[in-house]
Amino acid sequence: MKSLITSCLFVLMLMGVVLPAEAGVRVFACESEWGALLNELGGSDVDVYTATSALQDSHHIQARPSLISRMRRADLVVATGAQLEIGWLPVLLRQSANPGVQPGQPGYFEAAHYVRMLQVPTTVDRIHGDVHPAGNPHIQTDARNILLVATALNQRLQQLDPEHASGYQQRYADFSARWQQALARWQAEAAPLQGVKLIAYHKGWAYLLNWLGLVEVEAIEPVPGVPPSAAHLARLLAGQKVQPAAMVIYAAYQDAQASEWLGKRAGIPVVELPFTVGGTDGARDLFSLYDDTIGRLLKATGR
Amino acid sequence: MRINLYAWLLPCMLMLVPSAQADSLEELQALKKQMRLMQEKIDAIETKLKASEASKDAAMTGVEPVPSRPVQVDAAPEGAAEAVASADVSNVPLNAAANANAFNPQISFVLNGGYRAFARDPALFAVPGFAPGDAAGIGDRGLGINESELNLAANVDNRFYASTTLSLAPGGGLTVEEAYARTLDLPAGMTLKGGRFFSGIGYINEFHPHHDDFIDRSLANRVFLNTTFAGDGLQMRWLAPTDTYLELGGELLRGDRWPGGGAGLRGSGSWDAFVRAGGDVGFSNSWLAGLSWLGTKPVGRQSFDNAGAVTGTFDGTSHLMIADLVWKWAPNGNPVDRNFKFQAELFAGREAGIFTGAATLSGSLNSNRRGGYAEAVYQFTHGWNVGLRYSGVYAGNNGSAVAPGGLLDSAGYHPWRTSLVLGYANSEFSRFRLQLSRDRSQTRADSQLALQYIMLIGAHGAHQF
Repeated sequence: MKSLITSCLFVLMLMGVVLPAEAGVRVFACESEWGALLNELGGSDVDVYTATSALQDSHHIQARPSLISRMRRADLVVATGAQLEIGWLPVLLRQSANPGVQPGQPGYFEAAHYVRMLQVPTTVDRIHGDVHPAGNPHIQTDARNILLVATALNQRLQQLDPEHASGYQQRYADFSARWQQALARWQAEAAPLQGVKLIAYHKGWAYLLNWLGLVEVEAIEPVPGVPPSAAHLARLLAGQKVQPAAMVIYAAYQDAQASEWLGKRAGIPVVELPFTVGGTDGARDLFSLYDDTIGRLLKATGR
Repeated sequence: MRINLYAWLLPCMLMLVPSAQADSLEELQALKKQMRLMQEKIDAIETKLKASEASKDAAMTGVEPVPSRPVQVDAAPEGAAEAVASADVSNVPLNAAANANAFNPQISFVLNGGYRAFARDPALFAVPGFAPGDAAGIGDRGLGINESELNLAANVDNRFYASTTLSLAPGGGLTVEEAYARTLDLPAGMTLKGGRFFSGIGYINEFHPHHDDFIDRSLANRVFLNTTFAGDGLQMRWLAPTDTYLELGGELLRGDRWPGGGAGLRGSGSWDAFVRAGGDVGFSNSWLAGLSWLGTKPVGRQSFDNAGAVTGTFDGTSHLMIADLVWKWAPNGNPVDRNFKFQAELFAGREAGIFTGAATLSGSLNSNRRGGYAEAVYQFTHGWNVGLRYSGVYAGNNGSAVAPGGLLDSAGYHPWRTSLVLGYANSEFSRFRLQLSRDRSQTRADSQLALQYIMLIGAHGAHQF
């Protein structure tokens, strides 16, 4: 027993020695878009760890040990909020034993607080599937929201790291100027998409639709979070005759099978969209995310 | 040896204590200066922000105007409670809905039930060499509901979180399965939990059964831990500040729950310690491994047969060691459509004391027991999974309480059980399972079939790894 304690202590001591003395604010970003935004705003003053990739469904992340130990040492947790991460983030927050990043602390940031939420349900009942009482959480599909979140995040970073406040402010001003230019460009490019009807796999695009004036006629998931049955797919196909959609869209992390099936039968293009940074080869950073998204939608409309 | 120990302890403490605690006076002055500068900067930024926001609204066609607000700490995700508490109405986050129920804890309720069929009479169930506890049996035949679980959980205040799980037995009666409070703000990765809780030893022990992939726990969990080892007491955990997950924990418990009994040592009859490590291998694989030690001093610990009759009592000491490993795979770390989980636990225990048989011999008992299980569960498509589990145990007993052909005589037999499960989930909240088992707990084989439904209503639970 003694030798056991001794060896445990030895391991502890080794860890003390090998722990890197990292500089900057350590940020735990729950999704790739916030990781990318933090890199834009924080530059070398932040050390960003992105917990999920574009190939994962941010509703369903396992609270893996590696995530717990990353959160243990984080100075700031940046989440989307609006219950998007309700299946895993509360466990990470609890198990991380890190008082600085608990909800209510300056080290906890929810992006959804700073944008106007869409599809806020008036009644919350799971007969409508895995709905989010605070509204649709996929706010990053509207590029305008990125700037709103950037504004709040810039303030938060300065609050947490006042020493480098001017650096954050400078990077924010630069990012904001470039983003506004890009917004004007995207909105001009996407003008032909106005009024285009589409079918989405998951109701994850409310903000994109609202931004670019697209119309979602149906969703392949009968209710959010429940995969489609054959009968539901047949119903969607029949619906094409009444209200024809121009394309089927799905996110990179979603199973393409049902979307491909429907697109093929209906004879309309099936578009894989990046959904977040890293979802496609083209979506390397925040700017190319929207370049790629709009490019793919335009290509599908044949314009 | 003792001096040697302290010699190790000291440098460790030094490593853990933040080194930046010296030069307090100078630091304070520097801090004051910094704060002054900060205030100036904030003032400047605020004016700049107002200007830029106005110009941005003008520049962005079609953007809904968002009121400019000073930076504000987020409210808890559960609700608007804190936002309302922050008094200044203009500071309420945009998307926080306030209502009178905002302070209610999150409530969830789990209903489950099903059907069981056994080829042999379940009253004859026994595991040779073991005198198990009251919850180690295989249940009854036929249709029926199992225990329903009601869970209430919330942050108590800024420093504590509390959770309770009440179990409603189908025959009536309410039991407190768990009722604990835990700290939220201890420094250095420490967490203290107190109350009644499922022990952190092993892997599966801490989970409530509706999280499991099989309808019942393994034969090993049933005979070694009476299905679930819990207790009233204290738990301390420490999470290491490393990129590789490493956690140490220890518990001191009342000791009235199997394998303890009778709350020995003036009501502190069980103690345990565990260490866990985990990490990722690439994007698709992750693992968790642990070692646990459990010691108890059972006093008058009763054992039961599957019909509920007492078979005897045990006084002495009981020690158990558990090694566990969990390996999970999901393509690109996305478990929604396909995933695989391998899970195994090995048990090694020793009991020494006096066994007083209800109908059999009484006398000394020295028991060396081994056991374990390994299971693999594969989700092959959204909502459907299939799993296979093997579990085996063995007890080598000697002493004057062991009579040939008696309760504690294993006669060299190694009991085992294999189960095959098929699971379907319509959503995260409704699940169904079909389980087929080949039970060789005794020399005569038993074939078993079980069907189960699990329905979860209320708050969306978050799951541990």
